Amino acid sequence: MATTTLNPPRTAPAPGTANGAGTHRRKKFLHWVGVHALAIAAALFFVLPFVFVFLTSVMSDQQALTSELWPHSWHWSNYATVWNTPGFLGWWKNSLLYAVLGTVFTVVSSTPVAYALAKFRFKGRRVAMILVISTMMLPPQVIVIPMYLVWAQQFHLSGSLWPLIIPMAFGDAYSIFLLRQFLLTIPNEYIESAKVDGCGELRTLLRVVVPMAKPGIAAVALFQFFYCWNDYFGPQIYASQNPAAWTLSYGLESFKSAHSVNWNITMAATLLVMAPVIIVFFFAQKAFVEGVTLTGVKG
Amino acid sequence: MAVSLPTAAGASPARSGAGTGPDMTLKRKRNKHRLKVLGFLSPWLIGFSVFFGYPLIATVYFSFMHYNQIEQPSFVGLRNWKYVLTQMPLFGPALWNTVWLVVVMVALRVVFGLGIGMLVTKIKTGVGLFRTAFYLPYLAPPVAATVAFVFLLNPSTGPVNQVLGWIGINGPTWFNDPHWAKPSLVLLSLWGVGDLMVIFMASLLDVPKEQYEAADLDGAGAVAKFRYVTWPTITPIVLFAVVTGVVQTMQYYTQALVAGKIASGVSIGPGSVIQPGYPDHSTLTVPQLVYQLGFQNFNTGAACVLSLVLFVIAMAVTLLLMRKNAGLIPAED
Repeated sequence: MATTTLNPPRTAPAPGTANGAGTHRRKKFLHWVGVHALAIAAALFFVLPFVFVFLTSVMSDQQALTSELWPHSWHWSNYATVWNTPGFLGWWKNSLLYAVLGTVFTVVSSTPVAYALAKFRFKGRRVAMILVISTMMLPPQVIVIPMYLVWAQQFHLSGSLWPLIIPMAFGDAYSIFLLRQFLLTIPNEYIESAKVDGCGELRTLLRVVVPMAKPGIAAVALFQFFYCWNDYFGPQIYASQNPAAWTLSYGLESFKSAHSVNWNITMAATLLVMAPVIIVFFFAQKAFVEGVTLTGVKG
Repeated sequence: MAVSLPTAAGASPARSGAGTGPDMTLKRKRNKHRLKVLGFLSPWLIGFSVFFGYPLIATVYFSFMHYNQIEQPSFVGLRNWKYVLTQMPLFGPALWNTVWLVVVMVALRVVFGLGIGMLVTKIKTGVGLFRTAFYLPYLAPPVAATVAFVFLLNPSTGPVNQVLGWIGINGPTWFNDPHWAKPSLVLLSLWGVGDLMVIFMASLLDVPKEQYEAADLDGAGAVAKFRYVTWPTITPIVLFAVVTGVVQTMQYYTQALVAGKIASGVSIGPGSVIQPGYPDHSTLTVPQLVYQLGFQNFNTGAACVLSLVLFVIAMAVTLLLMRKNAGLIPAED
């Protein structure tokens, strides 16, 4: 933001002279050009991959084998081919089931925990917080083997997504952490005055705290939705042996093997997997950016 | 075990009364408060014990067992530990790759994310558009982004080598070259730097403007301004980005696995077993090795040993995070 200061550069002639003002304006203009040239270069790095993927996704089978970048003719039917692939629609449904149920379960179970950690005073709160953060930091691979054995051998649920969805009804460390960070910003006076009005804790949470925490809850819900939608490791562990239970993220990879030479079909499938998250993002951009900021700043 | 009362209820004057009426109410209040706390925490208390505590203990138990997931487990003492740490041929490469990725990927992501964040704060025209463009790739599902990058960096027909060819550069074979496979993954991670960009942006806007103006008056150059004005404000965020980056990269799994599988061109149907880490184990990470041992070789004991190695490293990093970034946990009580 340094450029917005109106102080003339030290070496410039005394302010007021036409020459000095001109140099200053030219310097500012050059700075503008430099910054925006750099921004455009960076934007190319971030956007061009999408463009190339899209252009290839509408090429003919023959052209997709070449190194040409621009499609000779536009084959929108590639998307229909992907859509009509046996199983594809089922993967969509599974992804949606996993993401929606996972998000609802997580938000409902994590909110009271986050509230208690943010607003109740009790012995062991610090320890509980340390345990939450430790769980959050833990690589999922550390505990996956005994968990898999329990789900597969005791509950016979391997080959489905339930071993991934059910645990989300019991609080998710990352969501608890984020929600707590957000709830800390709600002034205690609101909570106390609700109690003076005769609200119990649960009513206070539902009637006062949750409405005020909507942006935080929205951010957590979005994160969880994206986490489930993007998850590859979980479906690989529990659903790999049963293609009927695959999600889009897991199925996409097998798509490439089935259409090993057809980059056009694979790229169309890739865009169809990316599309939902990008659409959700455009509708909920604000909540999302707020959520990312929440992870990093303030305690 | 006394439970401290919420401030609202703590107004009761009978704190030190002994066995009298007010003390009874206080006790009842304490019990009620304790129940309330337990009630609100209960989802997590159950989840933590069942989905974290139990499997962690079971992992330790299995690390001393021979167990192929069919026969009963049998005790073998330290044999799994000895095997993984001293004899297993893939442990060295997997650990090396994970460490390489942690160091290079985290460092470059933080530097690049900070650079893009600073750039965004300086853009005057079309800032919203640029910000969205920089942020969007972060949202691409990892599998989709990886498939896209294997295509883009495809040595023979991929657009990147095509464009490099126009300016006379003979591009490398990227995901098909053991020396370039990890740098290709780093490139993919830089494409998705949007999360870091946003947190750096937020903290850069927190730097007091007057300090820049004061620095201007002192005739400070751009480097000096960054060193003495910007850096002190953003240090905690940089530290946070580094530590969470280290933790995330230690779990690095999906992108490396998918890139290796697809670049290898091996047709993989369900149930087929492939050697991870193509080409030449250069993308094999520790989490991939856990999967291979536990779910492909059914060597439960060795997989659990490796899990615990990962666990110890992750905990060490987490402790560092909690010590240095005290803002994460309540500083009072």
